[in-house]
Amino acid sequence: MGFLLALAGRTARLSLGAGGGAFTGLVFFLSVVAVVPFGVGPDLPLLSRIAPAMLWIAALLATLLGLDRLFQDDRDDGSLDQLLLSGQPLELIVLAKAAGHWLATGLPLVIGAPLFGLMLGAGGEAIALVTLTLLIGTPALTFIGAIGAALITAMRRGGLIVAVLVLPFTIPVLIFGVSAVGAAASGLGAATPLMILAALTLASSVAGPIAAAAALRAALD
Amino acid sequence: MNFVRRSHNERTRHGWNGSRIRDAAVLTALTGGIVARLEVSGLKVKRGGRAVLDGIGFTLEPGEALAVTGRNGAGKSTLLRAVAGLVPREAGRVDWTGEDAPLVEATHYFGHLDALKPTLSTADNLALWSKVAGLPGLSAIEALEAVGLDHLEDLPAAYLSAGQRRRVAFARLLLVRRPLWLLDEPTAALDTAAEATFGALLADHIAAGGLALVATHRPLPVAARMLAIGAG
Repeated sequence: MGFLLALAGRTARLSLGAGGGAFTGLVFFLSVVAVVPFGVGPDLPLLSRIAPAMLWIAALLATLLGLDRLFQDDRDDGSLDQLLLSGQPLELIVLAKAAGHWLATGLPLVIGAPLFGLMLGAGGEAIALVTLTLLIGTPALTFIGAIGAALITAMRRGGLIVAVLVLPFTIPVLIFGVSAVGAAASGLGAATPLMILAALTLASSVAGPIAAAAALRAALD
Repeated sequence: MNFVRRSHNERTRHGWNGSRIRDAAVLTALTGGIVARLEVSGLKVKRGGRAVLDGIGFTLEPGEALAVTGRNGAGKSTLLRAVAGLVPREAGRVDWTGEDAPLVEATHYFGHLDALKPTLSTADNLALWSKVAGLPGLSAIEALEAVGLDHLEDLPAAYLSAGQRRRVAFARLLLVRRPLWLLDEPTAALDTAAEATFGALLADHIAAGGLALVATHRPLPVAARMLAIGAG
């Protein structure tokens, strides 16, 4: 247990340290949000209506940005060999690394979301709900993304291919994240979509590490 | 050589089995009567569709070192990785008997790659590996002292020379006590002083009943049997 916590902490530190991972993600998030008004024009009611969706899409893209190095660095510098000999199951190692990665890249997005929501003219309730859905939903993005990160480690490819591989599988998370805000606005109550979102995160926290560990084992040679 | 002597004291004080312990009875008491043994038979490993190793077999008893020799590309590294389970084995058996811990938790693998993160300090780099499964050994600072790098504990690993990186990587083996050491060209990039340090640490490990499988082109500093692979 101590090893896994230390691994999560170390992954978070490395993501924060190397090229300012969290900072890059946050600036990318801000850039996407800042570009939207230029695209759709200065129509405040329209902007505030699409704000939750734009925040979610921006967060989704920002999450996928730093994922490609999650396991590749460890394979390239020999750390993966040592992790395999650590005595911990590879699935739990993946879980710890994904958790550390989320702390460094996902959590800053959640913290930045209220400010960026204001920039898009979203209302107070919408901002609170988007922040909540991001808090519940972005771990699912990281866990699903870990599968893609492990696969490209096996394929020895890099860069945007992770985003291309992973994006289709994150669509359910996006749908329920955004629909929670929509349901609250139309008076249906956000509880159901929030619970489905939580279920997606829980399910991906199990399925993601198992699938990623299988991909990493296939990468052994 | 000052640091070597100092590290001996450190090890005795912290219960690390120094070279003084050569008595079999003491050894048995230390290991709780359990004597680990590695037996490899008929090992076959394919890489890229080509059989790199075929029909490799040997045994390794407690307190024994085995030097694996062979030309470049003969499969020395592959043999070590196959024993550690880091490459899939096509055929053959790797039996690890006499130890409670399974082979992966009893093995230190020291490969070509140093597993160092350039942005972390040398001490922080080692911190994670002192938490892996196995009996606790030296602390990160003591391990760095044993390899003569304790003055560089705060330096980010990016600023280390090739030899210093090897030494920090070797310090990892001292953090947790594991009976089987798999060493791949351990003295590459080391200067003579560091090579002597490495020799003393390996001798301590062997004297304490440890096992070592060493891929090397150079004579080992301890008495070792030879295994020549890939003749030709």
